[in-house]
Amino acid sequence: MIIGAPKEIHEGEARVALTPQSAQLLAKLGYQCVVESGAGAGARFSDDAYREAGVEVVPTAAELWAKADVVVKVRAPEPSEVDQTREGQTLISFIAPAQNPDLLESLSVRGVTTIAMDMVPRISRAQKMDALSSMANIAGYRAVIEAGNNFGRFFTGQVTAAGKVPPAKVLIVGAGVAGLAAIGTATSLGAITYAFDVRPEVAEQIESMGAEFVYLDFEEAQQDGAATGGYAAPSSPEFREKQLEKFRELAPEMDIVITTALIPGRDAPKLWLEDMVLAMKPGSVVVDLAAEKGGNCDLTVMDQKVVSENGVTIVGYTDFPSRMAAQASTLYGNNIRHMMDDLTPEKDGVPFVNMEDDVIRGATVTHEAAITFPPPPPKVAAIAAQKPKEKPKELTPAERRSQEVAAFQKQTRQQVTLLAVGAAILLGVGLVAPASFMQHFIVFVLAVFVGFQVIWGVAHSLHTPLMAVTNAISSIIILGALMQIGSGSFLVILLAGLSVFMAGINIFGGFLVTRRMLAMFQKS
Amino acid sequence: MEFGFTTAAYVVAAVLFILSLGGLSGQESAKRAVWYGIVGMALAVAATLIGPGSGLWLLSLLLLAAGGTIGFVVAKRVQMTEMPQLVAAMHSLVGLAAVFVGYNAHFELMRVLAMDDAARATLDGFAGLLAHKTLVEVNILRVELFLGVFIGAVTFTGSVIAYGKLAGKVSSAAKKLPGGHLLNAGAAALSAICLIWYFNSGGFFPLFLMTLAALFIGYHLIMGIGGADMPVVVSMLNSYSGWAAAAIGFSLGNDLLIVVGALVGSSGAILSYIMCKAMNRSFVSVILGGFGGTTGPAQEIEGEMIAIDADGVASALDEADSIIIVPGYGMAVAQAQQAVSELTKRLRDKGKEVRFGIHPVAGRLPGHMNVLLAEAKVPYDIVLEMDEINEDFPSTDVSIIIGSNDIVNPAAQDDPNSPIAGMPVLEVWKAKQTFVLKRGQGTGYSGIENPLFFKENTRMYYGDAKESVNALLSRIS
Repeated sequence: MIIGAPKEIHEGEARVALTPQSAQLLAKLGYQCVVESGAGAGARFSDDAYREAGVEVVPTAAELWAKADVVVKVRAPEPSEVDQTREGQTLISFIAPAQNPDLLESLSVRGVTTIAMDMVPRISRAQKMDALSSMANIAGYRAVIEAGNNFGRFFTGQVTAAGKVPPAKVLIVGAGVAGLAAIGTATSLGAITYAFDVRPEVAEQIESMGAEFVYLDFEEAQQDGAATGGYAAPSSPEFREKQLEKFRELAPEMDIVITTALIPGRDAPKLWLEDMVLAMKPGSVVVDLAAEKGGNCDLTVMDQKVVSENGVTIVGYTDFPSRMAAQASTLYGNNIRHMMDDLTPEKDGVPFVNMEDDVIRGATVTHEAAITFPPPPPKVAAIAAQKPKEKPKELTPAERRSQEVAAFQKQTRQQVTLLAVGAAILLGVGLVAPASFMQHFIVFVLAVFVGFQVIWGVAHSLHTPLMAVTNAISSIIILGALMQIGSGSFLVILLAGLSVFMAGINIFGGFLVTRRMLAMFQKS
Repeated sequence: MEFGFTTAAYVVAAVLFILSLGGLSGQESAKRAVWYGIVGMALAVAATLIGPGSGLWLLSLLLLAAGGTIGFVVAKRVQMTEMPQLVAAMHSLVGLAAVFVGYNAHFELMRVLAMDDAARATLDGFAGLLAHKTLVEVNILRVELFLGVFIGAVTFTGSVIAYGKLAGKVSSAAKKLPGGHLLNAGAAALSAICLIWYFNSGGFFPLFLMTLAALFIGYHLIMGIGGADMPVVVSMLNSYSGWAAAAIGFSLGNDLLIVVGALVGSSGAILSYIMCKAMNRSFVSVILGGFGGTTGPAQEIEGEMIAIDADGVASALDEADSIIIVPGYGMAVAQAQQAVSELTKRLRDKGKEVRFGIHPVAGRLPGHMNVLLAEAKVPYDIVLEMDEINEDFPSTDVSIIIGSNDIVNPAAQDDPNSPIAGMPVLEVWKAKQTFVLKRGQGTGYSGIENPLFFKENTRMYYGDAKESVNALLSRIS
């Protein structure tokens, strides 16, 4: 079947859903790819690059829509595009089904199977096609770059001949995918980074990215993010108050604030209020990644950059991924490719919408002329519930000392008991056994003792040679056979002879093979 | 004077044997130590030949030479992957020799006891030694001899079965006759009865009956143990062969036999202990076979196994700075060690840090992996033990798992209900990326799922280990 990517017609959208690279991989799944001429121009993929990757380039969108069995897009289709769909066609794109019931209706009426990339459930198996995460990652990165672009100073602190430059302080609010990407970017640019999130379990992730987690001293048990599919839930008014108080305290110090707080299905919470902006130093930057949902900052204007009266720049762009079209297209193309991978289990170039599959079911919003949104809850929980963590208690030196002493005493007791029992047994044997036996017995006990002492020192890597050499020397049994072979009947001579023969094999074989092995151990 | 000389030679030989075992503490000193063992053995044999009680010199030497030739040829030809089989086969020979020597001691004892005092006085050598024993000593001798034959017989059939399993001639799955451990217990009880009977009567029949029972125990015990527990079995048999020699030494009144037997016995016992500890299982549970029952439902595993092709692995290796390879029995089966060595060499030439992490029970013999890697010319200083390398995984870019499964199973740490819970494992999943070279999606020896394969940073590189690594070699110059 044929997969086609039209040029995005949404104003300012530079991304494309099919890249030359993803086209090559789709070809391995048995698909042919077509692309509208100029579709990749915004992301710097020329028509020629597509042709080189074996993609057919068609001049018009109409031709593409007519030709393709599966249409891949970035933005949800505009009405003019919906009109070009046909029955049995599959559309893969961002849809935002909850916000666009009319679009779903018209697509289902036309018999189009629609797979919404933004509805892929958040389970680990589906991460490879989680386009929201890929885009959020880019947005987080770009937010820092955008902030740097509007910020008049270095991120990193420097001591130069001309004087000392203090490092920039960056606060990231909301440590989701975008937040974490922003933390990583900001710290690698050298800024001192702080991060805040209402979900206490992400503290570890924040710290692992090199930022400092802003702790709230708050008693209320925080809801575990696992219960809400890994997203944040609205917090109580008391908590919010505490949080704002903390932000107010931090605001004068911060040079750059990047807010990424979103709660699924709601307007973005207002976290960076006007008074905080006014408390910031002139020249500071606020980047609001939640601008599309109304913004985390009071002063945010969607899709615009504004400057507050005290000289703080507030960036409210909503098209960060599109501003990095090449990267965004590559990742989105890969997400789509992975989706096709799951849709084509037979790798025969024919998509199969398996409504039993959690991931495919979740993402499919129209199928066989019916609206299949919202999906039933997935069978697999998104994220394993956090286990309550118990921090190992730090021991005081006194406690540690007493533990050591206790361990030592225990060891001593054990050793003494063992020795006492051993000695008692030995003495007991001595009481009954004749002297001639005791002579040998003492030799035996001492040899076992020496054996234990010596063998503990053997290197683990030499255990095989150890076995081979002990094998060889256990053929010392040959001495017994040699002593017997001279005396007695034919039967004795036969058995003793056989023993000598077998022990001979062992002695030579054992020592030789040990030598062979040891010679192989070479130092680099 | 002659007797004094033999004893002196024995003392020297005993010291040499101890040194030869002690020398195995390091790779370089080991090369010297093996010579101590050889000289010690030569000295012991020579001293016995010229000492009292030996006869038929020529026959002895001829047989020794014949056996030696076979041993020589075998040792030259054996592949390093076949080491476990060879070791097991050699144990069986020691076991059988112990049985024969024990029988001989019995026959001699019967002959000597049948003589009158005058005839006894003329005896020399071993028979002479027997002739001077008091009644109590004779009784003790019987017990010693009985024990020697018993342990020797168990070692013999046990080692033969272990050999068969390791060489693939007997199915390596755990098998038991109907009746299970009751049969073993029955045979052991029979042996105990025989001991009392033999002690009282001194006849050949109870000794023979016990031998049959012991042969059965050896067979049935080892049949019931599966392939991956072989390291414990082989080291246990090693230990037994030593104890058998010691018991025979007692009955012959030969101190060198006792000393060496005790050395070998304790060596095998310690190896078994180390192996069991590395599997977090008690010795008894290994020998009686099977894993302990689970105490609850196993943890649900989430995610999926994600496959990757050679190009993906090669490019990840190209980008990595530090790599840890964890080999297992699968590498030996696929004979991939040469290819792995070549890969290691090329990666090291590119300035990458490549190391190996060896779990104590990897393979079918203690230290099996070390020998295989050494044979493939992997320098031993980059082959590290589990305890040495475990804490380095978090700072490692790529870990590669070649043919191992249970020893890298995170369930041992995370899932208290897992059958292998508490077993020390190599924490490969802490590396930034993990590649698992594996033939298919099956489970390991313990039959439990390995959550490692489902982790986000794990990629499955399916295929025969040798071909897979060769495919990597063609992509990494």
